Amino acid sequence: MTPLLSVQGIRKTYGFRIGCTDVGFDLYPGEVMGIVGESGSGKSTLLSCLAGHLTPDQGSVVFDTRAEGPRDTVTMSEPERRMLGRTDWAFVHQNPRDGLRMSVSAGGNVGERLMAVGARHYGQIRETATDWLGRVEITEDRIDDRPRAFSGGMQQRLQIARNLVSGPRLVFMDEPTGGLDVSVQARLLDLLRGLVREMGLSALIVTHDLAVVRLLAHRLMVMKSGRVVETGLTDQVLDDPQHPYTQLLVSSVLQV
Amino acid sequence: MSLAGLRQGKPEHAGHGEAGEQPHEVAADIHFAAPFSKENAGMDESVPGGAYNFAYLDEETKRMIRRAILKGIAIPGYQVPFASREMPMPYGWGTGGVQVSAACLTPDDSFKVIDQGADDTTNAVSIRKFFERTAGVETTERTAEATVIQTRHRIPETPLTEGQILVYQVPIPEPLRFLEPRETETRRMHALEDYGLMHVKLYEDIARHGEIATAYAYPVKVEGRYVMDPSPIPKFDNPKMEMAAIQLFGAGREQRIYAIPPYTRVVSLDFEDHPFVAGKAPHDCALCGASDTYLDEIITDDAGSRMYVCSDTDHCATRQEAAA
Ligand SMILES: [Zn+2]
Repeated sequence: MTPLLSVQGIRKTYGFRIGCTDVGFDLYPGEVMGIVGESGSGKSTLLSCLAGHLTPDQGSVVFDTRAEGPRDTVTMSEPERRMLGRTDWAFVHQNPRDGLRMSVSAGGNVGERLMAVGARHYGQIRETATDWLGRVEITEDRIDDRPRAFSGGMQQRLQIARNLVSGPRLVFMDEPTGGLDVSVQARLLDLLRGLVREMGLSALIVTHDLAVVRLLAHRLMVMKSGRVVETGLTDQVLDDPQHPYTQLLVSSVLQV
Repeated sequence: MSLAGLRQGKPEHAGHGEAGEQPHEVAADIHFAAPFSKENAGMDESVPGGAYNFAYLDEETKRMIRRAILKGIAIPGYQVPFASREMPMPYGWGTGGVQVSAACLTPDDSFKVIDQGADDTTNAVSIRKFFERTAGVETTERTAEATVIQTRHRIPETPLTEGQILVYQVPIPEPLRFLEPRETETRRMHALEDYGLMHVKLYEDIARHGEIATAYAYPVKVEGRYVMDPSPIPKFDNPKMEMAAIQLFGAGREQRIYAIPPYTRVVSLDFEDHPFVAGKAPHDCALCGASDTYLDEIITDDAGSRMYVCSDTDHCATRQEAAA
């Protein structure tokens, strides 16, 4: 089977400081990979490089495109990468304000990706938006409200709907439950797990929260100082960590 | 076809204005209601005696503006940056349009200025006088007789012809500005033809008002490529933008020039189930009886009685004369 995403030798430096280096892995269709580490471990830099928000100094990020098969997204033209970014790829930011248009209604937020790829029928766009709001548990009567009238958890669910409406195959998530209350986090995780399964999504989830990856990720990559120190199936890594750093991460969670 | 100032190789008439004229005198002669500074008035020191160069701007500046205009014509709807000059009038009073007109005018031109369709508003009179004094060009109120027409907020009702130039005053040239304030981002959107956001604006209109409520500055797509702000003309005028004349747009404060060449396709954005409608008040003109013009509503007495008359005063007067 062709990997959906094949990453090789990714390196990004900031002057003399290493953001991340020597990162490589394959992600297969339907697979969810967690990238864990503390802040400064390079996990967010890596995600930005993979999603095309940063250009890596070295390495390739080969995505299996619908039209032309495997293509290196690092060397692809900006219009092509941008098209991927609004069709087959999705990016869920930690802060919904970074991923939503706060001055646009919930329906407009969800409809934007449809309109970006040529949807020109208002009634159909609205119908699809209504459907997606329902799938993230936002009632239809909120469709014309702006996100700033929503709670934090609701804003995050709206961001997810806005991203998934185009039927992407790969979702990048940066601390998707960060900044939310614990009870709200649990509900969001349930929702995400349901959607990922239902849509057969592949996802890369960056988080410092091991509970998030325990629930969502099939596989895990542990990062420290810009390098991957351990990889494996999630349960294996969490239940029987091999690297001292991973052991420390796991034990610090258990102590809490 | 007269390209007026675009005609290269035609000698410019330096110092065509009255020799020895002092800048503050010219400025004082323009009856702007808003304040302006004498510093703004500036003067072309390269011209002996301190007189204004023909049409106020020096030749180098006009050439720079013409290059921007030619580039705009070559890429219809694309916003070309230019180094906007201080003019002896405040921003918001048509400095962009005035600079474009200055770069287009030749001594043989006949110049018309309209503001909201009328030739006799303070703004229109001021700009007309400005070019009478600095370029000595003939001015007219007749659309059909003008070779260069500067406008704010309207397109004349009389169809324009080849050889005419319509110069628009533009306050905000960027149609994507209201939803995406970052200029680096809007520039990229234009470059990549990433115009989904424009329809988000129209979507919001329908969601809130049940229809596309945008009545002015209604966005258009030019020649199937660039999305463009037509300046705050009523959407009633949008279909007229497919015309035989050259259309030039000048934004002074924002330092942008853009253009629509003759016979260019100009499509107003819409949805399949909410198609663009030019729209018009359901009345005939009370003065000339026209049923196909853009009308102004006028309150005629303290009791609030109202009548509807053509906003294009020249068009209305011409029709009344013909009927008399
Ligand atoms: Zn009339």
